[in-house]
Amino acid sequence: MNVIEASGLGKRYGSTWALRECSLAIPAGHVAALVGPNGAGKSTLLNLAVGLTEPSEGSLTVLGGRPPGSPAALNGIAFVAQDTPLYKNLSVADMLHLTRNLNRHFDHASAVARLAQLGIPPKRKAGKLSGGQQAQLALTLALARRPRLLLLDEPMAMLDPIARHDFMATVLTAAADDGVSVLLSSHVLAELERVADYLIMVSRGRVQLAGEVDDLLAGHRMLTGPAAEADTYAARPVVHARRAEAQAHLLVRATADDPVPPGWEAHPVGLEELALAYLREPGATALPGPARGRDAEPSTVSK
Amino acid sequence: MTALTTLAVPPGRQDDDVSLRPLPWRRMAWVTWRQHRVGLGGAAVFLGAVAVFVWKVGLQLHHAHAAAMSCNPSSAVCADLVTKFNFSNHVLVGGYALQIVPALIGAFVGAPVLARELETGTFRYAWTQGFGRWRWTLAKLVTLAIVVTAAAGALSVLLSWYYQPYLATGNEARTLSELSPFSLAVFDLRGVVFAGWTLVAFAIGVLAGVLIRRVVPAIVATLAAYTGLALATANVLRRHYLAPLLTSNANVPGSAWIFRQWWTKGGQFAFSGWRDAPNNLLQQCASIPRGPLGKPSPTTLAHCFAQHGYVQLTSYQPASRFWPFQWIEGGWLLALSALLIAMTVWLVRPRAA
Repeated sequence: MNVIEASGLGKRYGSTWALRECSLAIPAGHVAALVGPNGAGKSTLLNLAVGLTEPSEGSLTVLGGRPPGSPAALNGIAFVAQDTPLYKNLSVADMLHLTRNLNRHFDHASAVARLAQLGIPPKRKAGKLSGGQQAQLALTLALARRPRLLLLDEPMAMLDPIARHDFMATVLTAAADDGVSVLLSSHVLAELERVADYLIMVSRGRVQLAGEVDDLLAGHRMLTGPAAEADTYAARPVVHARRAEAQAHLLVRATADDPVPPGWEAHPVGLEELALAYLREPGATALPGPARGRDAEPSTVSK
Repeated sequence: MTALTTLAVPPGRQDDDVSLRPLPWRRMAWVTWRQHRVGLGGAAVFLGAVAVFVWKVGLQLHHAHAAAMSCNPSSAVCADLVTKFNFSNHVLVGGYALQIVPALIGAFVGAPVLARELETGTFRYAWTQGFGRWRWTLAKLVTLAIVVTAAAGALSVLLSWYYQPYLATGNEARTLSELSPFSLAVFDLRGVVFAGWTLVAFAIGVLAGVLIRRVVPAIVATLAAYTGLALATANVLRRHYLAPLLTSNANVPGSAWIFRQWWTKGGQFAFSGWRDAPNNLLQQCASIPRGPLGKPSPTTLAHCFAQHGYVQLTSYQPASRFWPFQWIEGGWLLALSALLIAMTVWLVRPRAA
């Protein structure tokens, strides 16, 4: 089952396309990271998936073919929006009751236990909690609904490193123990290496790269060699080239079995390295289907 | 609480879409109360303060009226009592001070309901819960609409009681202040329309909130739209609810709502006021007794006109039409409110799905 499936999906605000020609299928059972620069269309994709906005073109289904915003989709998807909106004047306990009243399933006991473990006082107003506590409360409310898909929009943007760590630990526990599929958008690359096993990169409203992290890492190598020969390297598509004085570093689409040119060294790449290379080359794409190398036309769409 | 926990189905279950019945409406009652208790509490304190004030000055007014009605009309004491009645509670006697109450309730309770969610981003939380966004909106708006309308209805019972002395029979004979039930000042404070105007103000508020998406501008827009509608209704629309009656009887009761008076001769329009009367007629009537300021007194002049074959016609709404007018206005206010609330829910509801 695909938790999210998009085909030719586009969303336009006025004359600006926030997302365009987006086709992807995220299988269930992953912690998927949605990565891209600000304004790349990450939030738009999540808002579409949760039914807060409607597509301008194309189609999108969730949880195995259900329309976003339908009762089954609302029931099975929990969404923690950017800046974790909570009713600031309601107490933590009130937020729990509110969420319980608004949903079919709500594991009140586990939510209370989790908040106690986190040291979040139930009587405190949500608006008086620290940024990290607010994020944890929003996440606790979302997980207590026992969703099949958890959508998190920039959950770590407001958090300090310790709060980030705790937050992601909770998400990973839910994914591992309860089999919750997770899609989280972020531009904090360092965190993702540890948590994500599926990566979707968007840039200027288009999907740049999508796939399982292991496959993506296996399909890319970092080649290091003489700078003078860098331009002649054309055996495999180059995603990003970085030149130092004498040496050039080329991130190329190649597997470990591909031959390395004489005088060059090949290294495996890390997720952060890979993501950075694609972020630096918004025109580069590596999608299933006809491969488009680095000469792919730069997208003219931006937000 | 524990029952709910055990009911929670473990993850991995398949939610059969067919078995997904909508969540019961009553769940929204607690949600609505908990989210809006501060606003509703504020409205209750405000209405309560108005009610206590009206009750206090109302008792004085009723006592003053009873005293002025029961005294011997020729005594000096009685003249004082009449003066006392006629000069009591100037803030309320015009009625205009109370006409802002529905506008304030609509603006301060209605406008923030959706505008605050949209302004602070909490709609992303509220509209992605299992209850569903259009049902959430409908449940919340209908509940709040009923509450504010009922509260306004209760206050208008008190206001109706307050204004009774001004509408009593026999005031004219004792030179006590009198109001027509159609008077612009009090028509919409009594009967069903006070509650109706409160409801329509609330409905304008929620629609403005969802369109403008910001609390303060939505409140301002609500007050402006409400004022425009109320002024247009009072000054233009209301008189057309029923075709006015026409009479040639010069003594139309003071409680009637008089639109226009004019003179006819032989079934043809002659002139409207005595100032427009033809000169020869005025000369013929010039010999009639003058009033204190040297001007002809209107009644004697009218008598003279009538002797010369002129007939005065009056178009008016009789006081007996007070309740039909109340129901007509209350009816269209209710229909307009339902339309505005339906539009709001339609705007919130996702187009797809």
